[in-house]
Amino acid sequence: MSTLDDRPANPAIGEVRPNKRGGVAALIQSPVAIRLGALLILAIGLSLLHLSGRVFWQGLVINLGIFMILVLSLNLASGFTGVFSLGHIGFMALGAYGSAILTLPLAKKADYLPNLPAWLASIHFDFYLGPFPLGFLLATLLAAGLVAGVALLVGLVLMRLSGHFVAVATLGFLVIVRVILFNADNFTRGSRTFSNVTPYTGLWWVWFWAILTLYVVWRLKYSAYGRAMLAQREDALAAQAVGLAIMPPRLLAFVVSAFFTAVAGSLYAHFITSFSPTVFYFDLTFRVITMLIVGGLGSVSGSVLGTVVIIALAEALRRLEDVTLLYGMSQITLAVIFIVIILFRPNGLLGRREIVLARLFRKGGEPSP
Amino acid sequence: MLKIADLHVYYGSIRALNGISFQVNEGELVALIGSNGAGKSTTLKTISGLLRPRQGIVLYEDADITRTAPDRIVALGISHCPEGRRIFGGLTVRENLRLGAVQRRQGADMAADMDWVLSLFPILKERLSQSGGTLSGGEQQMLAIGRALMSRPKLLLLDEPSLGLAPLVVEHIFQIIRQLKQQGKTILLVEQNVHQALDAADRVYVIETGQITLTGTPDELKHNPQVEQSYLGR
Repeated sequence: MSTLDDRPANPAIGEVRPNKRGGVAALIQSPVAIRLGALLILAIGLSLLHLSGRVFWQGLVINLGIFMILVLSLNLASGFTGVFSLGHIGFMALGAYGSAILTLPLAKKADYLPNLPAWLASIHFDFYLGPFPLGFLLATLLAAGLVAGVALLVGLVLMRLSGHFVAVATLGFLVIVRVILFNADNFTRGSRTFSNVTPYTGLWWVWFWAILTLYVVWRLKYSAYGRAMLAQREDALAAQAVGLAIMPPRLLAFVVSAFFTAVAGSLYAHFITSFSPTVFYFDLTFRVITMLIVGGLGSVSGSVLGTVVIIALAEALRRLEDVTLLYGMSQITLAVIFIVIILFRPNGLLGRREIVLARLFRKGGEPSP
Repeated sequence: MLKIADLHVYYGSIRALNGISFQVNEGELVALIGSNGAGKSTTLKTISGLLRPRQGIVLYEDADITRTAPDRIVALGISHCPEGRRIFGGLTVRENLRLGAVQRRQGADMAADMDWVLSLFPILKERLSQSGGTLSGGEQQMLAIGRALMSRPKLLLLDEPSLGLAPLVVEHIFQIIRQLKQQGKTILLVEQNVHQALDAADRVYVIETGQITLTGTPDELKHNPQVEQSYLGR
C-alpha cells in the first residue's frame, strides 16, 4: 500500500523557496504569488463565465465545484485516515434537506410542510443583507454544523472499526439516512419531490466553498493532525506505541469531512431546487468514489484532478452519445476507463503525490512529480 | 520503578501469559529472554497498554497503570519500541521522529531532543527528508529507537532490537543501548540474541510458556546449565 516516493519533497506550504534570481522574478515565483495568481485566474475565468450568460456551461462548472467539495471531503475522511466511508452521501442528503427546510420562506413553509413542529415552522433563513443572501449562508452553516454533530456521534461508534468493517458499517448509515428521509414526511415530504427550494447557489457560492474546502483539507494534511492521520493509517499499533491515540485524528477527519459534505449538499439543494431522497444513494456515492480513486487516495491535488477528469469525460462522452445515438455508451466507456486506471495505476493518477504549483512554474518548466 | 504482579494475558481463548511477576528498578537494564512464543512481546505490549490483561497488575512509579490508555502511558514516561521496527514507511525520517514527540508539545524542547537523537544516530541526520521505507534495516531500527526516545521516556521498552540485523549492526545498536543506560535511562529489553542481552543487562529474567522460570544476574545465568543448553548452545 505504501509507495515510497509518494510525498512531495517540499511539503511545507507557507515556505518561501530560496531563489537565486532576485527582484521581480523571485516575487513572481514565490508560492504565495503563484497561489494568488491561480486564484486570480480562477476569478477571471468565473467572471467571464458569469458574464457570458451561458447557462449550460455555468451549470457544468457549478456541478464541478460541488463534486470537488464532495471528493475533497471524502479524501479527508477516507484517503488520509484509511477508514473507508461509503456513507458520506448520507451527510450530503442531511445537509441538503436541512438547508432547504431552513431557508423556505415562512408563507411557503406553512403551505408546503404543514406538519412541521412549531419551533421549526417559525424559523426562516430567507433574509438578505443588502443584496447578500445572509440567510443562505447561515442556513448552510447551521445545517452543516448539525451534520457535523451527527458525524461525531456516528464516528464515535464507527471509527473504532477498520478495513471492510467500517465500509459496511458506513454503508449501513447511508441506508438508515435514506429510510429516515423517506419516512419523516413531516420534514421531507417523504418520497415526494422536495421542490420550491430557493435557487441561491451560483458560481461564486460554489467556488468560494470549493476553494475553502481545498484550503482546509490541504492545511490539515500538512498539520500535526494530518501526520497523525497518516501515521495511524500506516501502522495503528506503532502509532499507539509512540503515544498517538487512534480515535482523535480519525474523528477529526470524519467530522470536518462531514461538515463540508453537508455544505455540498446545501449547495446542491439550492442549485437543483427540487430533489427527493432517491438522489442521495448508491449512484452518487460511487460517482464520488470513482473521482476520488481516479485522482488518488490521499492526494489533495489528485482529488481536484480526478473530479475534473471524470466530469469532463462524462460530458464529452454524453455529447458523443447524442451524435452517435449509441445511448448508454458513455456510462460503459466511463466504467471501462475506471477499470483500466485501476489496472494500470491502482493508486490513481497521482497516487499520494501532490502537484506543487510552485514546481510547475520553475525554470524550464520541470515536470511536476 | 516498574512492578508487575501475577499478569495473565489472553489472545481470545489462547493463554499467552500465565501469571508473570517481576520488577525493574530505576537505572537498571533488565533483559527478558526466552524463545519464540514465550510471551516476551506480550509482556511489553501489556505494559504499554496495547493489550489488556485478564488478571494482574502493572505498577509504574507506584501508580496502577494496568488499564491506562496507551497514549497516557507514553505521557507518563514509558516508551515502547515495538518488535519489527514498525516505522511509518510513507513518512519522512523527520516526520517519524516528530511523531515520537506527539505526547509533548513544547516546540523548543523538541528541537533539542531531535538534536540529541541525531547525535546518537548520526546516520539519520543525512536521511531526514527521506521516507522511512527507503532506509536499510539497521537504519530503520535506529529510527525506531530514536522515535521512541523522542517522547523523553524514563522507562524504555525495547522489543528485539537485533531482529534481522547483521552482526555488526547488532553490535552498534547494543552500544547505543549501553550508552542510553549510562545516561540514566531505565530499560526493559526483550531479546532472542541471548549473548548480547547477557552482556548488556544488569539482571535477567528467563520466560518460558508465559511464566518466569529463572532469574539472576548475567553471570549467574551464563553458568546455569539449563540456560547454557537452551539458549547459549553449549
